[in-house]
Amino acid sequence: MNAATSPLAPGASRVSGTPMVEMRDICISFGGIRAVDDVSVDLYPGEVVGLLGHNGAGKSTLIKILAGAYRPDAGEIRIKGEKADIANPRDAKRYGIETIYQTLALADNVDAAANLFLGRELMTPWGTLDDVAMEAATREVMGRLNPNFRKFKEPVRGLSGGQRQSVAIARAIHFNAKILIMDEPTAALGPQETAQVAELIKQLKAEGIAIFLISHDIHDVFDLADRVSVMKNGKLVGTARTSDVTKDEVLGMIILGKSPPGALAGPGAATD
Amino acid sequence: MTDTTTTSTPIPAAPPPGSPASRPGSAPASAPTSFIGALEIDVRFLGMLGALAVIWVVFDILAGGTFLTARNLWNLSVQSSSIAVMSTGMVLVIVMRHIDLSVGSILGVTGMIMAVFQVGTLLPTFGFNHPAVIVLTLAAGICAGAAIGALHGFVIAYLGVPAFIVTLGGLLVWRGAAWAVAEGKTIPLVDDNFKLLGGGANGSVGEMWSWVIAVIACLAIAAAAVQARRQRQRFHFPQKPVWAEFVIVITGCLAVIAATLVVNAYTLPPVLARRYAEAAGLTVPPEGISISFGFAIPVLVALAVGIVMTFVTNRTRFGRYVFAIGGNPEAADLAGINTKRVTLAVFALMGALAAIGAAISTARLNSATNAQGTLDELYVIAAAVIGGTSLAGGSGTIAGAMLGALVMQSLQSGMVLMRVDTPYQNIVVGIVLVFAVWIDTVYRKRIK
Ligand SMILES: Nc1ncnc2c1ncn2[C@@H]1O[C@H](COP(=O)(O)OP(=O)(O)OP(=O)(O)O)[C@@H](O)[C@H]1O
Ligand SMILES: [Mg+2]
Repeated sequence: MNAATSPLAPGASRVSGTPMVEMRDICISFGGIRAVDDVSVDLYPGEVVGLLGHNGAGKSTLIKILAGAYRPDAGEIRIKGEKADIANPRDAKRYGIETIYQTLALADNVDAAANLFLGRELMTPWGTLDDVAMEAATREVMGRLNPNFRKFKEPVRGLSGGQRQSVAIARAIHFNAKILIMDEPTAALGPQETAQVAELIKQLKAEGIAIFLISHDIHDVFDLADRVSVMKNGKLVGTARTSDVTKDEVLGMIILGKSPPGALAGPGAATD
Repeated sequence: MTDTTTTSTPIPAAPPPGSPASRPGSAPASAPTSFIGALEIDVRFLGMLGALAVIWVVFDILAGGTFLTARNLWNLSVQSSSIAVMSTGMVLVIVMRHIDLSVGSILGVTGMIMAVFQVGTLLPTFGFNHPAVIVLTLAAGICAGAAIGALHGFVIAYLGVPAFIVTLGGLLVWRGAAWAVAEGKTIPLVDDNFKLLGGGANGSVGEMWSWVIAVIACLAIAAAAVQARRQRQRFHFPQKPVWAEFVIVITGCLAVIAATLVVNAYTLPPVLARRYAEAAGLTVPPEGISISFGFAIPVLVALAVGIVMTFVTNRTRFGRYVFAIGGNPEAADLAGINTKRVTLAVFALMGALAAIGAAISTARLNSATNAQGTLDELYVIAAAVIGGTSLAGGSGTIAGAMLGALVMQSLQSGMVLMRVDTPYQNIVVGIVLVFAVWIDTVYRKRIK
């Protein structure tokens, strides 16, 4: 299917014709398990696409391919319509793809600033680490994300789950992302911080950033996402605009794998 | 390789009503909870200093007052140098969750390479005591060590063979190679400049230069404290209390002065002093002349290596990556760090440091033998672990490891003073190694 002419493309008022990201016919297996099996998803600038599915459906694996953590066995990735070769996380970052991993991917033994700038440290003119400048930037970004955060000098091992998640979010948004991947970004956050992240997502979206949002909270997804793509057992059940389907229909997609009339069925849709 | 543009994406400054957004940097300094907390020093480091003091006092009592003498402490400092140099590299290896069992053998083979190269090639080319001889000898040794280490690192990082096995193989291979370089012959070293690296009466800097070094060290300690404070002031970060800074700077300076007093208190025997003074054209007063050893050159080499390695671990990208990889290899990978290349570099660095250790120990013995450095890997690993490097990876300090080297050497020298036979010394070293790792395990469980 050609996404540019897809009936599911968001309203022409907001987007140009080419999607920011297209993942086409992506397959990957681990041992004998087909973790992602022929999945195609796309994402437009200023759009939030929710990725939904059971535990083990293959959501994290799919976005890790986009983030450069895994190389797919088959399929291709296009960024702004051009074929992209993403061999490792550095390549992904070069395309402006930033990721909040489900596991957070923090080095526990160093502090928040070291994690925020890991791999892209600020340097002094003499070529040494500019720790004070990194701490200052960290204080600023954390001050807005999680104003109560104080433990700047402590290894992140000593932080609470929510604080660690804030550090991971701060890292993803600090570097001018064009494409943001959020794998259950609020799983460990309290209601106040969750609300703040929702605010953040709305603001980033307004700036034209394209966001993949993985969440198990279907209400959150309906509040924030323009479209949802549902996976089951590594296969795509279907993709739908949130305005065209009800929550119950999406639950049906997740649980039964049934693609409702308002959705575009994928290869994983149950046939009855 | 990575871009450092950090024009940050604006984030909604939208703290919910009721929770005033704190201005960055206006965070109140968390009240220091204790004296040691305010000083921000590692409790483990203090513990190690305490352990060292206990070892010294106990040996002094057991050995009838012969341990805490200027002469013995000076010797201790020289004997610790080679292990201390290597332990700084072992810290990085262990921080990355690897191990290097081959350092003693690398020391052996690089020592032989340097000796054969010096005697066989450099001396005939440049002549006796030409300055190029020491430079090229060291360059050859360090390059050989780095190449051997890089080979280990390549097999570990790119071929995926565990470091334990690669370096266990290396232990045998390079020990055998050390024999093969000269078919088991002992090669005497002749270059006098090179011999200075081993210490001894000529290999020390004397009283005056020792004080010069001490003054520079004290100024550097004070300057570092002031610089750190200024940096934090620039961004209005919470500061350490001023009295804490003073305590640290003054303690550091006192330690430097004490060490200088000790090495200067060790003087040449009167007969040698007289001969030395006369050779230097000094008039010797009838009551004799006192000439101090001062800091030994190998000790200064070790301290310089320690300073450089501390800088590398704390202030460079490479050091940051080593720790991040040790803390969470997957996270480091996902952050875009080339973990394989860093692993290779760490083992290459370890090899180069083993070669520096080889230069010190061959210079000290005036010759290279194929057995040199046997069992050094145990001392080096023990030094790192006693110095607070966790075998679980991700934590360790250079200063701690060097102190650990001093602890290990103190144990050994103390046993020598008490005339404990070598096999019994080995039994003690083996037990201490296991004990140190056990203590580390207990300590880490407690803080979890
Ligand atoms: N590195 C790996 N090695 C082997 N199997 C893997 C690996 N990563 C994922 N899998 C398998 O792939 C499948 C999909 O996993 P994935 O983590 O993508 O699920 P998910 O949809 O993110 O689930 P959750 O909602 O629990 O996060 C699972 O069966 C998992 O066991
Ligand atoms: Mg997942």
